[in-house]
Amino acid sequence: MNVSVAPSSIVLSQARPITVAVLAMGGQGGGVLVDWIVALAERRGWFAQSTSVPGVAQRTGATIYYIEMIAPDTSKPDRHPVLSLMPAPGKVDIVIGAELMEAGRAILRGLVSPDRTLLIGSSHRSLAVIEKTAPGDGTADAAQVYEAANVAANRFIAFDMAEIADATGSVVSSVLFGALAGSGALPFATEDFEATIRAAGVGVDASLRAFAAGRERAVAMVKQDPQIKPVAKPPLARHFPRLEPIGHAGYDALVARAQQLPPEVHGIVAAGLQRVVDYQDVAYGSEYLDRLEAMPREATGLLQAFAKYLAVAMAYDDVIRVADLKTRAGRFDRVRREVRAGDDQVVAITEFFHPRIEEMAGLLPPVLGEKVERNERLARLIDRGRKLRTTSPSAFLLLYGVAGLRRFRRRTLRHAREMRHLDEWAQRVRKFAGSDPALATAVCEARRLVGGYSDTHSRGESKFDKVMLASERLASRPDAAEWVQRLTKVALKDADGAELDGALRTVETLFEDA
Amino acid sequence: MAERSFAREVEDLKLGAGQEFRGEGILAITKALLECGVSYVAGYQGAPISHLMDVLSDAQDILSDLGVHFESSASEATAAATLAASVMYPVRGAVTFKAPVGINVASDALANLSSGGVTGGALIIIGEDYGEGSSIMQERSHAFAMKSQLWLVDPRPNVASIVKAVHDSFELSEASNTPVMLEVRIRACHVHGRFATRDNIRPAFPLSRALDQPSRDTNRIVLPPASFLHEKEKVEHRWPAAVEFIHARGMNETFDGDIDDIGIIMQGGMYNGVITALREAGLADIWGETRVPLYVMNVTYPIVDREVIDFCRAKKAVLMVEEGQPEFIEQALHKILRNADIPAKLHGKDLFPMAGEYTAQVMGEAIGAFIRRWRPDALSDAARAPNIDRTEVDEKIRVLADVVPPRPPGFCTGCPERPIFSAMKLVEKELGPHHVAADIGCHLFSILPPFNIGATTMGYGLGPASASAFNVPAGKRSISMMGDGGFWHNGLTSGVGNAVFNQHDGVIVVVDNYYSAATGGQDIPSSRADNRSRSTKHPIVEAAKGVGAKWVRQIDRTYDVTRMRDTLREALTTEEKGPKVIVASSECMLNKQRRVKPLVAAAAKRGERIVRERFGVDEDVCSGDHACIRLSGCPSLSVKPTTDPLKDNPVAAVDNSCVGCGHCGEVADAAVLCPSFYRADVVSNPTSFETQLDRLWQRMIGALQRWRAGRRVMFEQEAA
Repeated sequence: MNVSVAPSSIVLSQARPITVAVLAMGGQGGGVLVDWIVALAERRGWFAQSTSVPGVAQRTGATIYYIEMIAPDTSKPDRHPVLSLMPAPGKVDIVIGAELMEAGRAILRGLVSPDRTLLIGSSHRSLAVIEKTAPGDGTADAAQVYEAANVAANRFIAFDMAEIADATGSVVSSVLFGALAGSGALPFATEDFEATIRAAGVGVDASLRAFAAGRERAVAMVKQDPQIKPVAKPPLARHFPRLEPIGHAGYDALVARAQQLPPEVHGIVAAGLQRVVDYQDVAYGSEYLDRLEAMPREATGLLQAFAKYLAVAMAYDDVIRVADLKTRAGRFDRVRREVRAGDDQVVAITEFFHPRIEEMAGLLPPVLGEKVERNERLARLIDRGRKLRTTSPSAFLLLYGVAGLRRFRRRTLRHAREMRHLDEWAQRVRKFAGSDPALATAVCEARRLVGGYSDTHSRGESKFDKVMLASERLASRPDAAEWVQRLTKVALKDADGAELDGALRTVETLFEDA
Repeated sequence: MAERSFAREVEDLKLGAGQEFRGEGILAITKALLECGVSYVAGYQGAPISHLMDVLSDAQDILSDLGVHFESSASEATAAATLAASVMYPVRGAVTFKAPVGINVASDALANLSSGGVTGGALIIIGEDYGEGSSIMQERSHAFAMKSQLWLVDPRPNVASIVKAVHDSFELSEASNTPVMLEVRIRACHVHGRFATRDNIRPAFPLSRALDQPSRDTNRIVLPPASFLHEKEKVEHRWPAAVEFIHARGMNETFDGDIDDIGIIMQGGMYNGVITALREAGLADIWGETRVPLYVMNVTYPIVDREVIDFCRAKKAVLMVEEGQPEFIEQALHKILRNADIPAKLHGKDLFPMAGEYTAQVMGEAIGAFIRRWRPDALSDAARAPNIDRTEVDEKIRVLADVVPPRPPGFCTGCPERPIFSAMKLVEKELGPHHVAADIGCHLFSILPPFNIGATTMGYGLGPASASAFNVPAGKRSISMMGDGGFWHNGLTSGVGNAVFNQHDGVIVVVDNYYSAATGGQDIPSSRADNRSRSTKHPIVEAAKGVGAKWVRQIDRTYDVTRMRDTLREALTTEEKGPKVIVASSECMLNKQRRVKPLVAAAAKRGERIVRERFGVDEDVCSGDHACIRLSGCPSLSVKPTTDPLKDNPVAAVDNSCVGCGHCGEVADAAVLCPSFYRADVVSNPTSFETQLDRLWQRMIGALQRWRAGRRVMFEQEAA
């Protein structure tokens, strides 16, 4: 086929297609949304072309879909357009991010431009693996995506579409389709959008509900002054209980005592006090205050840190605590809510325990416990996974009984060890408090390395101990606090402890140089 | 049963003359095959042509009505060898697989086929997986066309052009007695568009006739002296015949323009990108009108020299738009132009990058540079010097690079392969790291966080083969991976058989998830599903034992991490000689959900008792160390912020996408992590006895809970 056009007759049409890019994660229904958009355009007699590169990316990875659509040329309706198969940076009219970081990815890839792009993003987060595996808080900063979106996009529409999808029993793609309709960016009527959903014929009612809700939100946002830019939801605030009497004589007496402490620390002390009283009893709360009151009050930052980690250290995680939390009133209802069980459904809850001999021995008095701990035959007998169905009487009673051992806790091997370890730490904090409050605070905060159960706990404790040794070595230096902070940070990031050892060797070189 | 059903779409395959088809490229190709009167179709699944296999599979009734035989081949080599039917008989056949890896596997059969030549039209539809989203090494199929001398068709990426190319290719194949490769790039495979349909044609020569009245011709067999004659025949007869046909049929297209002292030559697949780039430069429009003349090579091999010469004759300069490397076509053009003494300056990889996909940006920059160099007067001011200040925007965007996390593909929620690698992580903690030879398949996601397991991949089913050299006395053994797909593709012989024969001491883990899962859930010999047109349920264990493996273990529930770990440990430490084969079997969760969900919904509707399992985390028990996530990476196991002022880290949380596979609980147990996990069995339509009993127990338990609650200090948030 040789298409010949006489050179002089070339008049180029100025028509250009509407271009849409959709960024979604595999399994999010991005393909459904794209099919809808294409069907919508074709319903109105337009040409539409969509492409994607799913490949293996469909398995939870980030996927980009691209659509171009154009109305037929009225003078020559038989002509087919030549549409592009991939988005060009700076040439995309509508970018849809099915999750906040995917919206961010679209910006990063240059698909969003200030002169033309409407960016529609769901503000919900579905965390990437690297965000979740970080030992501390590895969650990406949503606010920065908002900041970039507000300058990079011509218009940015963002709200939590996962929430709406959830409430309407649908999926994010339906809400996005609604937001697209509500944005007014496509020259099609709401009825056309709805008819498209109906024609697809899958989960129509729920999709229409989600569509309507999404559309409504987008319409409201478009009506707003464009100068009002969307902002990220602030991170969840910590909930500090009030340091005040609750009508329990014993506890209220502790509150009265704690109120003597500087007001800046009342919030954290209230949280700490409640934790240790809840963990053991009122007398334990009194011990908490004893330790707290032994600390100098001038440096409130230090006092705050100590109040926090002292409570955590005193309320160490042991078998009794776990059994107690698992058998409490209200827990079963909470689980029912979490798994969305209806009133007419029966819920059976199974716990996954894997006690080791150390945990069992820890429950015994020190002398006996130490003996039991060394018994290998017993260890083999104990050390295996146990699944307990707490909603049935036998397993419940077992755990309930273990929780009841609480009143013997002070006499157990584990308690003796925990308190020895705690007191060493508290003494160190006190020692440094006078000479170097910053170092004392850093030593307090290093305590966050200790936590978890079994191996995780032992690994954490060993890292903590190494940092403590280093703190003694560093104490004479003016930058001791910074070093301890740095070591804590390294230890936290590093699950195996190899990097910490490297950092500790660096600390040694400080003294070689000197 | 494949992951995606085309049951509704295949109805479009019945469209006749004068009707319009609307849909995906893949489906359009299938329709074109039927319009061409194809006798048989075979293939092996893989992106981006998996859906072609799925479409064919779902279209079996239509195919058999037309007398078309369809096979899911054991491998690409099998598929290519199937084309042997067209050597002696006037039957049209088509096979399909992924390029270039499929061609690699199929190359032996393709080379033999090309040598002897064909009588009936033989079409090889290759899904090109190059550029963004590709899951394989970046190579060109073009080299295969050149070395075996089979023709390569690369049509413009719209449905109508692709369909036309199918029609033309069969005729080209018959006219030149040569198999033809039809290359469809990944985006074109999934492109949505429309074309005018023709009637389907029933094959004139039924395959049964070939069986009943066989014919043979020694000259078609690759054995001296015929093989030497074949080579002569290729260059003296088939090649010229092909060139003649391509030219006469007008398979390549020329689009004239008024700026006719320059021109652009391109592979057909590049056409839309070129037009878009020209449009942005103000030199073309959306309807394909162009001011710069274009020569579109819908056939990229062989090249029709005289068409190139004609196009370039009166031009100062031409640009060759050729994706991939090396630049075979550009090199050939230099020779053609030089031989013909055409002075036009030839640009190509000097303006385009040598390697990598020709994205919209790359295309725009290179074509812009070409025009600026030779006809800057043709450009508008804006196109010559775009003038947008993006400093502030760019700064904010630059910062995002450190914020937006990478999101590589990974194991799905509830994937049965995840626990295998959790177990390997646990064994690694005990015995230290091992050399792990990885393979192609979903299990290759093990190389990414959180598992970081796997050293090499050498090709589909070649995991164990790629550990062959590590068959020497050492303190540790090699571990090699292989999927069930790879096992049947070739791994049974190249991996297990080879290890038995060479007395390899390593460990071979066969991941059996009941499907060829990574390619979209197609059935394979060991699939457990009933398949009305295939024979399934052939156990991998028996096949492995059949080739002589002695130490063979079957694990029927991969989620049992403890057992998985213990079996791996045993395999790595046992005194027994020879390969240690572990077949780890559990159904692909993606396919299981797809299979089970409608069944469950129907049962629920009937009011039957149904148990839904879901996992959860007790927030107050979780210490926030995320060790469980580092052994899992399950999409439904995430973290959430806490309001507890005494907690530093976000706590683990299971979201509602959880399918209750149990992996997190099993890992917490096997790795002795923590007791935060619980499993909730939610029973819908419980029996009345069950409900009564549960009520009774909950009353007892409630009483005990209230008694204890009354004896402790209650704080506000707890009482709420």
